[in-house]
Amino acid sequence: MDSFGSDFSSGAGSGKMDTGSIMEQVKVQIAVANAQELLQRMTDKCFKKCIGKPGGTLDNSEQKCIAMCMDRYMDAWNTVSRAYNSRLQKERARI
Amino acid sequence: VKMDGQGVAADPQLQQFIEVESQKQRFQQLVHQMTEVCWEKCMDKPGPKLDSRTETCFVNCVERFIDTSQFILNRLEQTQRSRGSFSETMSD
Repeated sequence: MDSFGSDFSSGAGSGKMDTGSIMEQVKVQIAVANAQELLQRMTDKCFKKCIGKPGGTLDNSEQKCIAMCMDRYMDAWNTVSRAYNSRLQKERARI
Repeated sequence: VKMDGQGVAADPQLQQFIEVESQKQRFQQLVHQMTEVCWEKCMDKPGPKLDSRTETCFVNCVERFIDTSQFILNRLEQTQRSRGSFSETMSD
């Protein structure tokens, strides 16, 4: 999840609304929004993969499946991110 | 932030920040979208790791998705140029 890294090292912590602190706050909000989006899509995909007919609880095999699915979704996300980045570099090199 | 009546947009540092962050967000959004689409195409049963065949599928998927997007834009541009009217193209 390295592309989510938001910079929590604040500069002047005086709390006044200067450009620097606005930018930091916005970065944090963006990071939060991205994390929420990721979680929402991950939940959707892993529910589809791991839960058959919904029972009274999440049994052990379902929980194990969800845990593995989460990790694989992150792997997929990172793979896509790298592949897209590479493609963008290639496109820029052509111009 | 300059409080001189022109508002926050007058600050060049903020302006650049907005441009950079917007571009980063467009990238992020596309990664979210492609991950979702490619998951449907490439992922069977989630295992203990992403095997190389599945990983290759994701990489190919990203490339083909972008190719598709470019193809659509190019063809649309071509058909509009030769027909001169979008509505004519759509009635095919």
